[in-house]
Amino acid sequence: MVAIQIRDIKKRYASLQALGGVSLDIEEGEFFGLLGPNGAGKTTLISIIAGLSRADAGQVAIHGHDVVSDYRRARQCLGVVPQELVFDPFFTVRETLRMQSGYFGLKNNDAWVDEVMHHLDLTSKADANMRALSGGMKRRVLVAQALVHKPPVIMLDEPTAGVDVELRQTLWRFIARLNKEGHTVVLTTHYLEEAQALCNRIAMLKAGQIVALDSTAALIRRISGSQLVVRLARGRLPDALRSLLSHPAEPEAGQPITLRVHDHANVEPILASLREAGAVIDDMQLHQADLEDVFIQIMGGDK
Amino acid sequence: MIGFQTLFYKEILRFWKVATQTLTAPIVTAMLYLLIFGHVLEDHVQVYPGVPYTAFLVPGLVMMSVLQNSFSNSSSSLIQSKITGNLVFVLLAPLSRWELFGAYVLAAMVRGLVVGCGVLLITLWFTNLSFVAPWWIVLFALLGSGMLATMGLIAGIWAEKFDQLAAFQNFMIVPATFLAGVFYSIHSLPPFWQAVSHANPFFYMIDGFRYGFFGQSDVPPLISFGIVAVFFMVLASVAVKLLQSGYKLRH
Repeated sequence: MVAIQIRDIKKRYASLQALGGVSLDIEEGEFFGLLGPNGAGKTTLISIIAGLSRADAGQVAIHGHDVVSDYRRARQCLGVVPQELVFDPFFTVRETLRMQSGYFGLKNNDAWVDEVMHHLDLTSKADANMRALSGGMKRRVLVAQALVHKPPVIMLDEPTAGVDVELRQTLWRFIARLNKEGHTVVLTTHYLEEAQALCNRIAMLKAGQIVALDSTAALIRRISGSQLVVRLARGRLPDALRSLLSHPAEPEAGQPITLRVHDHANVEPILASLREAGAVIDDMQLHQADLEDVFIQIMGGDK
Repeated sequence: MIGFQTLFYKEILRFWKVATQTLTAPIVTAMLYLLIFGHVLEDHVQVYPGVPYTAFLVPGLVMMSVLQNSFSNSSSSLIQSKITGNLVFVLLAPLSRWELFGAYVLAAMVRGLVVGCGVLLITLWFTNLSFVAPWWIVLFALLGSGMLATMGLIAGIWAEKFDQLAAFQNFMIVPATFLAGVFYSIHSLPPFWQAVSHANPFFYMIDGFRYGFFGQSDVPPLISFGIVAVFFMVLASVAVKLLQSGYKLRH
């Protein structure tokens, strides 16, 4: 079943076309990544799904409920962690979470609120005023607020921006567990290694358009092969290997040389031809292509 | 219903947590007006025969407090939530436009009425008030607070910064209440300004409210009631329409 159905969403802010006809289906149970540079339209798309913005054209449905005409059921199905670190300075953590439960029509939600606080290491701060919390703690409360009504779909807009390692790990453990339990998770992040480790499918947005949409593994396969970085103590790169240079510029002596390797089987012949040319290798590294390479290739693709 | 109750409760809790500023301060301000104007004008002005000036002043001050505080509550709550960004928690929730309208307006009415009652209770020490038609008192207090709470909601939705809201408050709400006959009967004004006062909806709220105390007014209370009720309906439908369209809330 489709968790989030997005059909031809267009959104314009004055002279800026923020989204130019985005269509996308996110299946139930997916851990979905929405990637793209700043200003690509990620937050606009999330805002439209969440009902915080109205699209100029197109439809979004969450678990089959249109986010405009059937907004009550659509919003019941959705938990959103906003990008900005927002909080209500009048209340404590527990009051905040109780109130958020109430907005979603839940009374006597304390057992679940306690459980969420426990998993996010918030229990000791339950009665602290929101103002007194550190940035990381406020971020945890935002996550807890998104979960008070046990939504089947959870959207996190850059939840780990400016967050320390410990919270990142706590957060991802918890979110990964929720995903295993069947929750659909949609994530935007600038940390591509996070997206690579967590997301099973990824959409890349650029200037309001989807420029790539595939499983994470398939996306990484697009960059065939790896990179071999060598630094030569003596000698120079033989002409036969020049075609493999990742940058066409002549490498300076003593500087690392980056060569494209399509297959690990190609490494040995490269080393052999270096030896034959009388070069001596000082240092050598083999880089596996990762999502960052794919991202850079796709985003830089048609400048 | 739980969504509405929660938002209403949150709005009450919000002003209650800063009660010094939201309840005590306006009561003290109203007392100062009463002491100063009452002291200066008591022996010089008689608006209605047989009603001392201080007694005449009390309903006007009570109503002024009700109106200004009802307006302040809904407008400042909304603008604060908008500027700090925490309005998002309300906007993400499955709350209907009626629930939003009801919760913001009723909570603002509660604050206005609590301040009004506070002013009234304290002024009873200073002056002998009569309560000729208590139902008119209740009716106009409810309608007046509802109307200003609704205006506050509209202003809070419209304003993008505190400055704009302050302009709304200082250039519209405060003059409209001061010039609505809080301190005088409009019959004491020259004909032109009498006519201008009749175009001010706040005048009917204060005049009708005062009728409940003394049984005397510039305009028959039923007419005032009709005018205020129509104004309230118009404002309420504007506010609900704005909430429905997401104007300046859902971009």
